[in-house]
Amino acid sequence: MAIEVKIPTILRSYTGGAKSVDSAGDTLSALLDNLDATHPGLKGRLITDDGGLHRFVNVYVNDEDVRFTGSLDTALKDGDSVTILPAVAGG
Amino acid sequence: MSAVLTIDRAARDAIVAHARRDHPDEACGVVAGAEGSDRPTRFIPMLNAARSPTFYEFDSSDLLQLYKEMDANDEEPVVIYHSHTATEAYPSRTDISYASEPNAHYVLVSTRLPDTADFRSFRIVDGVVREEPVTVVESYI
Repeated sequence: MAIEVKIPTILRSYTGGAKSVDSAGDTLSALLDNLDATHPGLKGRLITDDGGLHRFVNVYVNDEDVRFTGSLDTALKDGDSVTILPAVAGG
Repeated sequence: MSAVLTIDRAARDAIVAHARRDHPDEACGVVAGAEGSDRPTRFIPMLNAARSPTFYEFDSSDLLQLYKEMDANDEEPVVIYHSHTATEAYPSRTDISYASEPNAHYVLVSTRLPDTADFRSFRIVDGVVREEPVTVVESYI
């Protein structure tokens, strides 16, 4: 099973500079666990202490914001594409 | 990355005009440029999904579209700008904690006074803010 995960500039230090890495998982949660196993520390930048996705990190599966598809429970299948983009925000 | 923002007058004026137009809400957007060039060439005003006088956020699907487009064009966000409508053109604590493009020049415009608009640029990397001079050129040629 191969799912392409696009990595934003600020997290490429965890992937040796790679803009995209392949991973696997039946759900987004499982994928992030697998990603963290191969790129330690990456998951901690995306998930808060209470176990949910960080409010200001956007994750898309096949161009859909996962906030609308079940967040970490979003189901994944072979060939899906995941994109991670930190929010552009401020005050 | 250089220690100065070089930007052409057209882009600078477009940013200020956008800030004035959206006042009293914060305006926000990007000026994209060729990856690695440090030259902001393509002005892209964005919707402030928060529509707030004290907060801005790019809508999440606009954000994806923007990054897909820049990726297809081999561009990066050289400038990320937003306005402050009642405070000075200096990054707030919120601006600093959410800044996540290490190579970008973060431009702040203040629209708190009706006749002038402060235009300042900063690098924000790992929570550290460093102001940089702005050089406005008539064109890049």
